[in-house]
Amino acid sequence: MNTITLTLLTIIAEALLKDRLLHEVRRAGAKGFTVTDVSGEGSRQRRVSEILGDNIKIEIIAKRETADNILVVLQKDYFPRYAVVAFMSEVQVVREDKYV
Amino acid sequence: MTLFQMFQANICSPMVLAFAFGIVCRLIKSELAIPRDLYTSLSIYLLFALGLKGGVELSHSEWKQLLMPAIATIGLGCITPVSSYLSLRYLGRFSIADAAGIAAHYGSVSAVTFIAAEKFVFANLGEGSVSPFMPTLLTLLEIPGIQIALAIGVIGLAKSKRIRDNASGISTQDASSPSLGAVWHELLTARSMVLLIGGMTIGCIIGYDGFASVKPFFDKGDWMFKGALTLFLLEMGLVAGSRLADLKHAGAFLIAFGITAPIAHGALGVYLGSLAGLDAGSCTVLGAMAASASYIAAPPAVRMTLPEANPTFYLTAALAITFPFNLLVGIPLYFRMALAMVGHDSP
Repeated sequence: MNTITLTLLTIIAEALLKDRLLHEVRRAGAKGFTVTDVSGEGSRQRRVSEILGDNIKIEIIAKRETADNILVVLQKDYFPRYAVVAFMSEVQVVREDKYV
Repeated sequence: MTLFQMFQANICSPMVLAFAFGIVCRLIKSELAIPRDLYTSLSIYLLFALGLKGGVELSHSEWKQLLMPAIATIGLGCITPVSSYLSLRYLGRFSIADAAGIAAHYGSVSAVTFIAAEKFVFANLGEGSVSPFMPTLLTLLEIPGIQIALAIGVIGLAKSKRIRDNASGISTQDASSPSLGAVWHELLTARSMVLLIGGMTIGCIIGYDGFASVKPFFDKGDWMFKGALTLFLLEMGLVAGSRLADLKHAGAFLIAFGITAPIAHGALGVYLGSLAGLDAGSCTVLGAMAASASYIAAPPAVRMTLPEANPTFYLTAALAITFPFNLLVGIPLYFRMALAMVGHDSP
């Protein structure tokens, strides 16, 4: 099967940032995303608050350039102020036109 | 009834005991947890029922009677965030963001404290002893306090950043904040606001006749509402109990603030209520509203706008200190204040 390599960007963040982060994702040119409710703990071994809701995981498959653009925004506007982590990996996909 | 007897009767109510039971469950490290969806369902039911019943009563009220109490309520919404901020910032030496974040919670209102105060008044003075338009005042008090405290925080942080930049000669790039419009949208469309206003509008439209068909399910005096409230308070006890460990991070000043601020704001609420012509029952509820700290509308708004504020401080103060204080001691105290200022039979 003919596959192509794209970038999977995973963002885990406070649930209340969902709308703002999805806005950034769309603005960077991503064609789609998947959002899941998740829970866990970070490097500080504590959640921001159970009252403020659980965490969300946003997964985006896109070109490396698009993923980089989203990371730049996260680095500048979100990492210093909110509980957010993000990481990238390479994935093999078919139907490239669905993602880019 | 003496104040002590009133405390005793209050503590033995199912709601307060359920709250205490929740705290005990956390202290003994029980795995008991109310599913998040049930908590959300209960809060939707309670807020909608509150709005609906308030709207039904409002449809039969004189709008002129509402004017002075509404002005008093908006006045409270402007005073309490400022007084909270000033005491936290200058007496407690909290950072600008922390002081503003906590002030936003104390400037807003807790709907469950409102309901508990109403139940307490009904138990002591009888059903109907609180003005029907009180839920309207609850919605009026929900937003201004949060907005004023957030504005103080955002302006204060911008000012201190300017001073820092001038001193260092380097202009640091600021991280983007949500626009004012986004914060307003967040507040106006918050679950509590939408349910209260939506319920009230529907209640106003349907009146007593329309309400009769859903009364057994939504009526505040009925078993369904009281049962849901008791279960909700069990969850509040669990949440408050899980935050007790954070009291040591909160510090002595915040603990003292979490008790003295509600007393001062409660007394002011009762006083302004009496000036606005409210009866003793309504003054008690207005006092409890002013004394309470929000934990539904305020936390997300503060987290969005002032992420520099430490959630441990504002959530611990609102949930683990002020909420139980009001439930156990505050409400009977505001009731006594109201009786002293207005008297039982006065209008």
